[in-house]
Amino acid sequence: MRTSFGERLLDLAVNGFLWGFRILIVVIVVLGTFLTIRAGKYTSEQWIDFVVFGISQGSIYALIALGYTMVYGILRMINFAHGEIFMSGAFGGYFIATWLTGIGFMDKYPVFGLIISMMFGMLVSTLIALLVERIAYRPLRGAPRLVPLISAIGASFFLQYTFRGFFGPGVYAYPSMKALDGEWIFFGIGILKVQIVVTIAAVVMMSILYSIVMFTKIGKAMRAVSENKDVAALMGIDVNRIIVTTFALGAAMAGAAGVLYALTYRQVNFFTGFTPGIKAFTAAVLGGIGNIPGAMVGGLVLGIVESVGPALFLDSIGIPRPYQLKDAIAYIMLVMILLFRPSGILGERVSKKA
Amino acid sequence: MSILNIENVHTYYGNIHALKGININIEKGEIVTLIGGNGAGKTTTLRTISGLLKPREGSVSLNGEDILKYQAHEIVYKGISMVPEGRGVFARLTVLENLEMGAFSRNSKEEVTRNMNRVFTLFPRLKERRTQVAGTLSGGEQQMLATGRGLMSNPTILLMDEPSMGLAPVLVELIFDTIQQINKEGTTIMLVEQNALMALTIADRGYVLQTGEIILSDTAENLKKNPTVQKAYLGME
Ligand SMILES: Nc1ncnc2c1ncn2[C@@H]1O[C@H](COP(=O)(O)OP(=O)(O)O)[C@@H](O)[C@H]1O
Ligand SMILES: [Mg+2]
Repeated sequence: MRTSFGERLLDLAVNGFLWGFRILIVVIVVLGTFLTIRAGKYTSEQWIDFVVFGISQGSIYALIALGYTMVYGILRMINFAHGEIFMSGAFGGYFIATWLTGIGFMDKYPVFGLIISMMFGMLVSTLIALLVERIAYRPLRGAPRLVPLISAIGASFFLQYTFRGFFGPGVYAYPSMKALDGEWIFFGIGILKVQIVVTIAAVVMMSILYSIVMFTKIGKAMRAVSENKDVAALMGIDVNRIIVTTFALGAAMAGAAGVLYALTYRQVNFFTGFTPGIKAFTAAVLGGIGNIPGAMVGGLVLGIVESVGPALFLDSIGIPRPYQLKDAIAYIMLVMILLFRPSGILGERVSKKA
Repeated sequence: MSILNIENVHTYYGNIHALKGININIEKGEIVTLIGGNGAGKTTTLRTISGLLKPREGSVSLNGEDILKYQAHEIVYKGISMVPEGRGVFARLTVLENLEMGAFSRNSKEEVTRNMNRVFTLFPRLKERRTQVAGTLSGGEQQMLATGRGLMSNPTILLMDEPSMGLAPVLVELIFDTIQQINKEGTTIMLVEQNALMALTIADRGYVLQTGEIILSDTAENLKKNPTVQKAYLGME
């Protein structure tokens, strides 16, 4: 009772700050949008470009986000090494793509070349994820939740610097694929081929994953384990095997995403996984961590907002180089979600109960 | 020959000595009930049999084979199935998916179909609700689902942990009728209950558990007449 006045004052201050933050963001978004549209600085073709880029980028985030969300769903832990799993896939894809380009295969059979590169990237990612699970996570199963989290951060650094040790700090340029240069024209609008191919590949991968989780015996067992491990074991389900499968599937998606990301940006180095990793984590939280359709929706929403946002919200309110703030938009979204709707777009309101 | 044999089992939670050397025998085709108050160790006994807990001492054998060396998920393949306390349905899975999970250990499609038809015959309500998500079922329906799911692996022995918990009397009656029906069809049943009267009515034999020790074991008929049981578990003076 004695501290109640002080507490109430603090409460008021915090609430006031949060409301101020909300209002500020809403004002920036509304005002920025209004001013930008009135100024008519961008053509509709440019807007379409922004959106298309956002979709292709977002579908990559979605692919990575699936791994975060599935592992969280089953172990209630954030696999902070997931960004590095993604990076290892991009590296794997780099080596095979370079080789395929060198022997002339890539130019002759670009579709197969691309599929082979992706499969190899997925393989590398999966193997590394399985090692990480076995060495850094499984021995800590049952430990307090903070412990595997710290181990995950350690694994993340370990992988970054292992790759740096093997391949140096420099940037490896992805070989250029002639088949992916230039644009395809739809209804008079040119869209970069890379973006279309990336989006299609990502959607295909997500559909495969979704079908596995929803319709196969192993997928149903994954969902059962994520609800209740003991009862799942009583059904005859080998919980450890399901956990390993979950890591493998998530890593395979991240590996595919790594190759697609590298196709878009044409380069890879040991630090490549960091930013997309955090972005995809944001996407997973945005969609509701643990929720698979949520990760896909979250990825797309984040990709589009991040791509359209700088021009739409920031350009006309006097911010000099709005595109530099692309990442800031993503992180502000993360903070907003954590503050105001921790359960995410599609998530149930579980965090309130916990 | 007894199919399930529990000898001198001691199970701990950390330092808590939950089972203090219990002995239980179950013969083929029986309904055996384990009664006892809250915290007596009934759930612990079932979790020890199903492999979720490992005893520090003692042995559990099925048809003469020591099963302590197996993990919980392997024990299902040996023919033991458990319907957990509080039903434990997978709330986000549909009724059908829950039943499929119950048959996880079965690889033959025909067998799964056959078991599913058996479950739908026992519980027509589940068939009506088969595409519904289990979390939206009523308590009684969830108990039917948990029981049906337990049968999907076609077990030789079914362990049931307080199936009557939280159910209206009509539903309790229905569940107990079904338990008898399941038993008549050839499944041995180990029934854990706080509702001692109901349990002793359908059981062949019973064990009384008190703070981790078996204090009585007899035919259900005799237990019902036993003054200790009447006083402590049947609410009679
Ligand atoms: N997870 C646990 N951790 C520690 N003690 C437990 C745990 N589960 C049960 N116990 C203790 O073991 C004893 C037996 O519990 P339990 O088998 O659940 O009893 P019952 O099913 O007969 O109500 C109780 O004293 C209970 O407090
Ligand atoms: Mg109990």
